[in-house]
Amino acid sequence: MDDSELMKQGLYDPRYEHDSCGVGFLVHLKGERSHRIVRDAITALNNLNHRGACGCEVNTGDGAGVLIQIPHEFFLEKCTPWGIRLPGAREYGAGCLFMPKHPDQAIHGKRLFEEIVVEEGQRFLGWRPVPTSNHSLGASAITREPAMAQAFVGCGSGIDATDQFERKLYVIRKRFESALNASGMHGYRQFYFCSLSCHTLVYKGMLTPWQLDLYFPDLREPSLRSSFCMFHSRFSTNTFPNWQLAHPYRMIAHNGEINTLRGNINWMRARETLMESELFDPGDVRKLLPIIAEGQSDTASIDNVVELLVKAGRSPAQAMTMLIPEAWENHQSMSQEKKDFYDFQSRLMEPWDGPASIVVTDGKTIGATLDRNGLRPSRYWVSRDALVIMASEVGVLDIPPDQIAGKGRLEPGKMFLIDLDSQRIVDDEELKSGLAASRPYSTWLRERRVTLDGLPEAPYVPQSDAESLLRRQLTFGYTQEDLKYILGPMAKDGLWAIGSMGTDTPLAVLSDRPQLLYNYFKQLFAQVTNPPLDPIREELVTTVSTSLGPEDNLLAERVNALQQISLPSFVLTNRDAARIRYLDGWRGFRTEILPMLFRAEEGSAGMRWALENLFRKAKAAIESGASILFLSDRGTDAEHAPIPSLLACSGLHHFLVREQIRTRAGLVVESGDCREVHHFCLLLGYGAAAINPYLAFESIERMVAEGQLEGIDTGEAVESFIKAVYKGVVKVMSKMGISTISGYHGAQIFEAIGLNERFIDRYFPNTPSRIRGIGVEEITRETLTHHCSAFPKRPHARKSLPCGGQYQWRRNGEHHLFNPETVYTLQRATRSGNYEVFKSYSDRVNDQGKRLCTLRGLMEFNFDQRRPIPVDEVESVDSIVKRFCTGAMSYGSISAEAHSTLAIAMNRLGGWSNTGEGGEDPERFLPLPNGDSRRSRIKQVASGRFGVTSGYLVSADELQIKMAQGAKPGEGGELPGHKVYPWIAKTRHTTPGVGLISPPPHHDIYSIEDLAQLIFDLKNANPRARISVKLVAEVGVGTVAAGVAKAHADVVLVSGHDGGTGASPLTSIKHAGIPWELGLAETQQTLVLNNLRDRIVVQTDGQLKTGRDVVVAALLGAEEFGFASAPLVTLGCVMMRVCHQDTCPVGVATQNPELRKRFQGRPEHVVNFFRFIAQEVRELMAQLGFRTMDAMIGRSDLLDMREAIDHHKARGLDFSEIFHRPVPGQTVEYRRTMPQDHGLADALDLQLLQHFAIRRILDLPQRVRWCPAVQEEMATKKVVPNLSEVEIPRAELELPIRNVNRTLGTLLGSEITRRFGLEGLPDDSIRIKFGGSAGQSFGAFLPRGITLILEGDSNDYVGKGLSGGKIVAFPPKTSTFRAEDNVLIGNVALYGATGGRAFFRGRAGERFCVRNSGAFAVAEGTGDHCCEYMTGGVVVVLGPTGRNFAAGMSGGVAFVLDEAGDFGVRCNPEMVNIEPVDDPEDHQVILQLLREHLENTGSSVALRLLGDWDDAVRKLVKVMPKECGRDLQDEGRARLHPEWVVNAEAAGQTEAADRQIEAAGVPHG
Amino acid sequence: MGKVTGFLEFEREGAASRAVSERIRDWKEVPLPVDGALLRQQGARCMDCGIPFCHQGCPLGNIIPDWNDLVYRNHWRDAIDALHATNNFPEFTGRLCPAPCEASCVVAIGSEAVSIKLIEKTIIERAWEEGWVVPEPPASETGRSVAVVGSGPAGLACAQQLRRVGHRVTVLERADKVGGLLRYGIPEFKMEKRVLDRRLAQMEAEGIEFKTGVHVGVNLDAATLRAKYDALVLCGGACQARDLPIPGVNSRAYTLHWSTSRRQTGELRENRSPKPRPSAPRGRKSSSLVAETQAPTAWARRTVSIARACTSLRLSLVRPTHARPRIRGRNGTTSFVYPAPTKRAVSVSIRLARRSSSETTAAG
Repeated sequence: MDDSELMKQGLYDPRYEHDSCGVGFLVHLKGERSHRIVRDAITALNNLNHRGACGCEVNTGDGAGVLIQIPHEFFLEKCTPWGIRLPGAREYGAGCLFMPKHPDQAIHGKRLFEEIVVEEGQRFLGWRPVPTSNHSLGASAITREPAMAQAFVGCGSGIDATDQFERKLYVIRKRFESALNASGMHGYRQFYFCSLSCHTLVYKGMLTPWQLDLYFPDLREPSLRSSFCMFHSRFSTNTFPNWQLAHPYRMIAHNGEINTLRGNINWMRARETLMESELFDPGDVRKLLPIIAEGQSDTASIDNVVELLVKAGRSPAQAMTMLIPEAWENHQSMSQEKKDFYDFQSRLMEPWDGPASIVVTDGKTIGATLDRNGLRPSRYWVSRDALVIMASEVGVLDIPPDQIAGKGRLEPGKMFLIDLDSQRIVDDEELKSGLAASRPYSTWLRERRVTLDGLPEAPYVPQSDAESLLRRQLTFGYTQEDLKYILGPMAKDGLWAIGSMGTDTPLAVLSDRPQLLYNYFKQLFAQVTNPPLDPIREELVTTVSTSLGPEDNLLAERVNALQQISLPSFVLTNRDAARIRYLDGWRGFRTEILPMLFRAEEGSAGMRWALENLFRKAKAAIESGASILFLSDRGTDAEHAPIPSLLACSGLHHFLVREQIRTRAGLVVESGDCREVHHFCLLLGYGAAAINPYLAFESIERMVAEGQLEGIDTGEAVESFIKAVYKGVVKVMSKMGISTISGYHGAQIFEAIGLNERFIDRYFPNTPSRIRGIGVEEITRETLTHHCSAFPKRPHARKSLPCGGQYQWRRNGEHHLFNPETVYTLQRATRSGNYEVFKSYSDRVNDQGKRLCTLRGLMEFNFDQRRPIPVDEVESVDSIVKRFCTGAMSYGSISAEAHSTLAIAMNRLGGWSNTGEGGEDPERFLPLPNGDSRRSRIKQVASGRFGVTSGYLVSADELQIKMAQGAKPGEGGELPGHKVYPWIAKTRHTTPGVGLISPPPHHDIYSIEDLAQLIFDLKNANPRARISVKLVAEVGVGTVAAGVAKAHADVVLVSGHDGGTGASPLTSIKHAGIPWELGLAETQQTLVLNNLRDRIVVQTDGQLKTGRDVVVAALLGAEEFGFASAPLVTLGCVMMRVCHQDTCPVGVATQNPELRKRFQGRPEHVVNFFRFIAQEVRELMAQLGFRTMDAMIGRSDLLDMREAIDHHKARGLDFSEIFHRPVPGQTVEYRRTMPQDHGLADALDLQLLQHFAIRRILDLPQRVRWCPAVQEEMATKKVVPNLSEVEIPRAELELPIRNVNRTLGTLLGSEITRRFGLEGLPDDSIRIKFGGSAGQSFGAFLPRGITLILEGDSNDYVGKGLSGGKIVAFPPKTSTFRAEDNVLIGNVALYGATGGRAFFRGRAGERFCVRNSGAFAVAEGTGDHCCEYMTGGVVVVLGPTGRNFAAGMSGGVAFVLDEAGDFGVRCNPEMVNIEPVDDPEDHQVILQLLREHLENTGSSVALRLLGDWDDAVRKLVKVMPKECGRDLQDEGRARLHPEWVVNAEAAGQTEAADRQIEAAGVPHG
Repeated sequence: MGKVTGFLEFEREGAASRAVSERIRDWKEVPLPVDGALLRQQGARCMDCGIPFCHQGCPLGNIIPDWNDLVYRNHWRDAIDALHATNNFPEFTGRLCPAPCEASCVVAIGSEAVSIKLIEKTIIERAWEEGWVVPEPPASETGRSVAVVGSGPAGLACAQQLRRVGHRVTVLERADKVGGLLRYGIPEFKMEKRVLDRRLAQMEAEGIEFKTGVHVGVNLDAATLRAKYDALVLCGGACQARDLPIPGVNSRAYTLHWSTSRRQTGELRENRSPKPRPSAPRGRKSSSLVAETQAPTAWARRTVSIARACTSLRLSLVRPTHARPRIRGRNGTTSFVYPAPTKRAVSVSIRLARRSSSETTAAG
């Protein structure tokens, strides 16, 4: 296959590939070299197989590899036959070179290399072909298999130190890479050095772990010895064969993802000219450029930088602390020296932010580090015979329990290092104190640090000018909505405004109204491959501080690096801006002021000229010593219009990057046009370090003066506004998983829609923009339209701002697809059942001839390509409606009436309704007397896991994992306290009146292999349900979808950005995500390219409104279609957009019983709607000549862009990439034709189900039918109303277990639930004891009646979603370490548990009991973020906890043994109080749990505490949510909502249902 | 943004009417002024909808939620600016408009509509009282001249807009007084003529020239007109009741309201004493009146003054069944267009006992 086939095509772009993986190393502490280390490492790698993935062929892996020491003896033996005479160990370097298969091409490259070696003064020793055996490989791996040879380079004469030689080898390799690129030689991309070093050697390839040593016979040679071995197994989202992307790289292997990559690459490029190092020979540093090769993966890029830093003299540990610093800024207990160290490093390098578990080695030390959030698992064991094993999971290697000296895990931001020279483990504290003391950082900082407060006062601060305010507001395109929706709420409450029901306005490029340049950009966000963060509950990892000024030489550590101004934040008040503006040489700081203005009459030529002039002036200023560039658009008048500040800022930033002088000056923007959070994000993301939004300040001042912001003065209002900007920007960063402003700075995490290539390449390079569009001409025109409204040619001046109409429909405002006419006609059509009226509705929506709104509006069908057929030959309405679903709207967000009406309608049609994330009342599982069913066939599993019990999962036909939501991708849902009525709280297992938070990420999905794990869990929890993954369209979503397909999901849903919502920040509604047309097309193309399309259903949604929309979606590749807003409109919704206020006047999106009485919707209306849609689809299919939907899927060749578009902006759009149809092979499918293999056949649970003792229980008469829809086949079996009538035989089993046995007990649990209902069986009916290391998700969703006992240890997600079962874990009886000091279970244990009990004798990892809503749990120590978002249950921690305990905890209670008395600093007091344990009831609870803990695990801590209870009580503290003082709360609730007290019953909750919920959720005992 | 829960807390309340005994003695308007606090509550009932159907329902496109909110928050000065932004003469529409906005109000789905029309009227009356309505002559002159033919609401609004951007504007009116429908079509009890005169004074102060007694095409030919002015706007009125498709409508048994209105206004102008006077055909025991409207209540009130001399009166209202008047053009040049095919006359009759309390009857 040729290179070009791998390249970008259609919407697919290889740069969005993601990977994630299993990683680890094995090392002998005493440096003993043996072949066993390599063998064991490969064994361990094989046990991590499930963390890797394979694509369309089972025998083509995504990559596996090992990194070892140079096996000198082995080479001596193997090189002689090839005539290579090796000098002594470390006197030669070796490395494996991938080459083109074609011998001629290979020989060119080899020659080139040999020449370079000689030119660099080293000796070339020879080539050894690497023996390989590809018989086990899949076809696609073989097509791209390179030839391989090991190169040997002898040390030249002038070199006496290995470090110096190592540097030389580095220079040689970099020169070789540059020379290849420059040569343009055929196949040059296929040359690739896995490594070239005198210390280490890499073997890797596009292999599965089990193929690794089959492919490389070298690895099986006993003489191949090493004292350590780093290993890695890769899970890539794509399957394109690429051997180079396998890990380990030259120094690191990585599990995770770098979110800030684009910025990091730009910054590295920018600082290249400043780099100098005495360690390198003169001129050698220049030979290394570019440091980061273009077009590589994130890991390869970071590897390049680590390599540079280490070769230039820093230790691997220091390099890693520079790149991935721990969260030091807000750390309360970190020493000042360490903070100073980090502070200093931050001046040289911005963080490479993102989830990362990185193992690093330079051959002399080997270590591992974890990102500041601790988002990847990293566990280690140390054995008595000096073996250390570190890996993503425990149990990858069998080591007898009595041989284990200790078990631990890497904590967030911490490092773990083995020094092979001193033969010992260096812990994080020692390591970092050592680094902090290595230079006088603190002294330097004390002497040289410049803070904003320390700057001299400015001689003049620009004053507000009320007179010209309106005129300037008009110049910068302000509307009334900017004041009402943006500035108002920000200035008044310090919050961003919330909105509902998504957006249905045109994209900026389709809008008739002049748009700000900002509106053409959409925020990117994390989904699946990396997690978004929670900047509110996990504030301790975020920071807004930044610094302004020039950077110093990266390769040196000098005091010069401190020639920067430390800014506490990126928003400058007028006073601060003036101080920077007038620095004028103070302490060497010189500011150059660059006006962002152009002459209005000169139009776009004037704008272009002004920009070029600005760039020229900036360059000249830097060259003459300016260190701060101050862009300002003050001074607009009738002649001078402002250049959009984003354009000036980004254009200048990239100009300076290209000129390689960017790091010599900082950028400040003083602009009138930025006012929204999105604007600040864009300016930061495209290079501004600080921003002064002076016009926003003045507007706020005016609003205060006019009394529009009651109760606050100007100072407070401005302060609130700035605070709101911080919060908002941090929130937007967090959506991408970035936690620091310095990481976000210049990271350009955006994509553009509707900007043409020339414009993007010139001013916003490397920003994806895929449908082309407008350029400088049109941007100027829009700017001038604003300018003209401020300085009109006619003298009649405006007295007020234009209305806007973005957020609310206005007749003179922006166009909305849902407007009075469409809402009215749709309601009339569906209520009357009149198809003619419906046609008039859909005509209004579809006819975008005059007012463009959507991309699909610009598409048209190629009717003449196929012969039309009569409509009656087309697939029936009844069959088409089965492809329709309603959107995920939670019970809680919408009313019970609306929710169940939708469900009834969809069940009547045979379509799908969706629970949303709020759980489902079990009452609804039972059919109504008239045969209607209120059960939602799709059950959603969102990050909050509300009401996700075993019963909930079993009752589903589809389980949908919500990764993101169109209206607010990257954010969690929130249900405000006033909407949490008692019946809602009951369904969600929470407390009434207390607001509910869904975490932004699923805490069990931080990367793609985690998603695969959750899919596996859910498949176990209900093997009959299909598993769906909901994504939101953004650039790269296709790649993510390919990963989802490889993770064995049955359905992938690609949502548009415009979907409705109960409540979401307006910033997210308007500026995050892209239309589904783009996302769907990219998904289809990528899946087809990867030959994965045949195994997964593709669904789409997002403002689908008509049959035409459905047909467009089908042609672009969707098989199923979701609708949410439109069905709600049929039920009476009139687009009030107040869902978040609980005041919906039509009873749809409210829980208020009074308002719910007004609900007018009927299932018939919804049924009419869907049948009308289907009828429209049929009519179009007939015209297109399709008899079946299946035949139509993916036929994008039948779509065209509408000709004769006379819209001045839309003219430049080009949809050819959307309509692109990849044809990779003859047999490729364009729709789903085969099922996924979920790998359940290997599950240990199948053995359990076969076991006679368990069979005996399963064959018992069953409980009364609790959900007939999922119990059909049992109809004939005997059912009993009450289990107490039957005697339950006990089952006791014992089995070994290892880490590959994942999701244990879940399948068994689902069978129990299916048969015996939500109550499960009596406690301890089935007891299964395991010995060994359990795999992930041990005991997930375990229902009542099952007890799992684990002697050994376990990986992540123990007891996830525990639904009444019991889990006990303790270390092996034979182990000798102290159980309470060692890590027993992994991260995120008991996530979303709703009931049951768990006892752990040992420590747990991060996020123990996150989102627990009912389980009782005991552990002997935990990591960070314990009890986060907890809403119920009891947690007892008998040992030290990590930081941020109880963040967002709104229910339940925790007891912590605080022996050191310092628990207070590690607890997040935002929502909880810490109290002494003095309530006798509490004593009873704790005593009971301690006794059970002792009895189950034999805990010595429990024994000790019970032995001296009085003493124990003094050391225990109680952590209690503030809102949860019971009486207080009830009283408050009654005051807030008197109707709750009386109406709880009336809300359709029967006592029976209450009992069922209680039975499912509340543990017994 | 109104009060979020206002529509749940407050009921709709309107203006009280003057006592029947009092108002049969004069020609003056019927409703009493309302209390500011009451009005703020009424403003609080507005839900500030995502799609404000009232704003769509309003032929002028008044941004009703905006000024409802400003009234609720007691920002009367801003409220009149917001109102004037789409409406040159709120004091006319606040009295005369059949208020399709209220018929479209979303609150009306579950309860009674927001009292939009009352709020509108009160805002402008307050503005006049406070002296906020002042002449706004243009900052500079364009040097161009425009003749506006006809001085009805459309002509006046058009003239004001043109003047404010700096054109020299002359309004030509055929009748002896300026106002067209406003003067000769609207009876005094619905809108006292002082309201019109107040506005005309402002317009004159802005520099608009009014010429009455100019009947274009009769005593002034078009060619002269075109030669004299740079532009012409034709805003001629109907002057004729539209044909109502009711059998026998032209018989003597019916009186069309248009004719009574004109007579009444004429009587007023002649300074006859405002005593109760029979305006229906004399000597009849009963009378029929035909009007085309959408607001029966208002017309029931009106009948009081006509019915004085009759023992009973039959009021026939003709309503277009579903087509609302559609609007053409922007503010100032508004004209109502009734799509002919959709108009279907439906006659509704209300019987009134002599000197009964009209409101209660009419409400039924």
